Amino acid sequence: MLKLPIYLDHNATTPMDPRVLEAMIPYFTENFGNAASRNHSFGWHAEEAVDYAREQVAKLIGADPKEIIFTSGATEGDNLAIKGVYEMYASKGNHIITCTTEHKAVLDTCKHLEKAGAEVTYLEVQPDGLIDLKELEAAMRPTTILVAIMYANNEIGVIQPVKEIAAIAKKHGALFFTDGVQAVGKIPVDVIADGIDIMAFTAHKMYGPKGVGALYVRRKNPRVKVTAQMDGGGHERGMRSGTLNVPGIVGFGKAAEIARTDMEVDTARISKLRDKLENALKQIDESYVNGNPAHRLPHVSNISFKYVEGEGLMMGFNKDIALSSGSACTSASLEPSYVLKALGLGDDLAHSSLRFGLGRYTTEEQIDFTIKAVSETVLKLREMSPLWEMFKEGVDIDAIQWAHH
Amino acid sequence: MAYSDKVIDHYSNPKNVGTLDKASKSVGTGLVGAPECGDVMRLQIQVDEATGIITDAKFKTFGCGSAIASSSLATEWLKGKSVDEAVKIDNMDLVEELNLPPVKIHCSVLAEDAIKSAINDYRVKNGLAELVFEEKGVH
Repeated sequence: MLKLPIYLDHNATTPMDPRVLEAMIPYFTENFGNAASRNHSFGWHAEEAVDYAREQVAKLIGADPKEIIFTSGATEGDNLAIKGVYEMYASKGNHIITCTTEHKAVLDTCKHLEKAGAEVTYLEVQPDGLIDLKELEAAMRPTTILVAIMYANNEIGVIQPVKEIAAIAKKHGALFFTDGVQAVGKIPVDVIADGIDIMAFTAHKMYGPKGVGALYVRRKNPRVKVTAQMDGGGHERGMRSGTLNVPGIVGFGKAAEIARTDMEVDTARISKLRDKLENALKQIDESYVNGNPAHRLPHVSNISFKYVEGEGLMMGFNKDIALSSGSACTSASLEPSYVLKALGLGDDLAHSSLRFGLGRYTTEEQIDFTIKAVSETVLKLREMSPLWEMFKEGVDIDAIQWAHH
Repeated sequence: MAYSDKVIDHYSNPKNVGTLDKASKSVGTGLVGAPECGDVMRLQIQVDEATGIITDAKFKTFGCGSAIASSSLATEWLKGKSVDEAVKIDNMDLVEELNLPPVKIHCSVLAEDAIKSAINDYRVKNGLAELVFEEKGVH
């Protein structure tokens, strides 16, 4: 029996794997110690558990456990990385390069630093969502201290050419930071092979608990340091003070271990379902897949259905299917997704988009149901859409003088 | 955000979706909004020239559920009213009837604009002066 509602918003968050929950439970009750308590067994148990989790997390990304700084999540990781590098390397320069499709946690951190005197270059992306490496190369300056480009995008799933970006940064003596939230645990990420200096990621996007994340900070070639953004007890090699969230960290470790061992099997199955969904929905007239199809996360599909509005579209099935729209009719600003606009999509296509994010528990039955529900709703709303009628009559919609408000 | 039952009902079973002959002298057409803003409404009225009564109303809307519901409800209210009465339909009446939350008030404003625009189109076609309306603020 198909159980409703169906969850297809795994880029927003993932359900916790029951194996993760099971690993965490003892650390709420009997093993409640503070990992920083050095003089009794409660503390030792907690520290041991944290050490083990640190190994599990490090192994997932090919890092040394000492290079893992536990945080509250990726927003904190993004802040700590960018602000921390800006402060630590102030004597070397004040220039940061990022791109327009980054997560707000990166963009707003950069804007914050601009007020403090940083110079920031925001690279545009190409229509397929990838940055142009030549533009990156041209943007590098002697004062560039950091290149901050995400591993994979949260809205369209495109995977940036991380190795090439890292090589350009290294050549010019800058550090390379990547927001790895959507990529880590979904596709193979190896900080050594990829040349990453700093990377933020989080547990809840990989079937772990919310409220715990990690910042990878490279220890050799080069040895990287970030200035702490919170004062306190000097935990996590002095880079992140605060009592460690032991149950969360234990869960993160377990989630990382499962992601590593199950990745190949999971990815093969999920990408097959994603392709089935996408191929079926592409059959609808005037539907467009957003983002480079060859360089994309295996579980994500972002599709614009021209002449229907995304939020109106979702309403047709949102009691049964949970997903996201690039339209922002719910917000007071009425601005559609800045990521889709950065690809050069017109506002109309950006307003007409849906993001499908599949996951570990997505079934073929759920995908079949989704294909049917989405297709039917698109067709129904087009019958109701004046723009569709004009398109069918051959009216050039772009040539109409719309009253902007 | 949860929608009210009335919005869901109009969305699921919209009233008066369709197209009237916009070339006809007895039909007034209002096309308001913009694709860039995520809302386009086309509302049409068929007027009995002898009595000035709106005998039919149709809409097509590109937009969210609240925009679809606002235009669907507007067409329901228009039918049977005289053109002079129709002018008085206020967006806040739509807001109240549909329980629209504050972020969706612009949908009702758009529906009111569509009504007025359709009426003016009808008036101009029939040799009457366009009515001038006050701006309702930001949509």
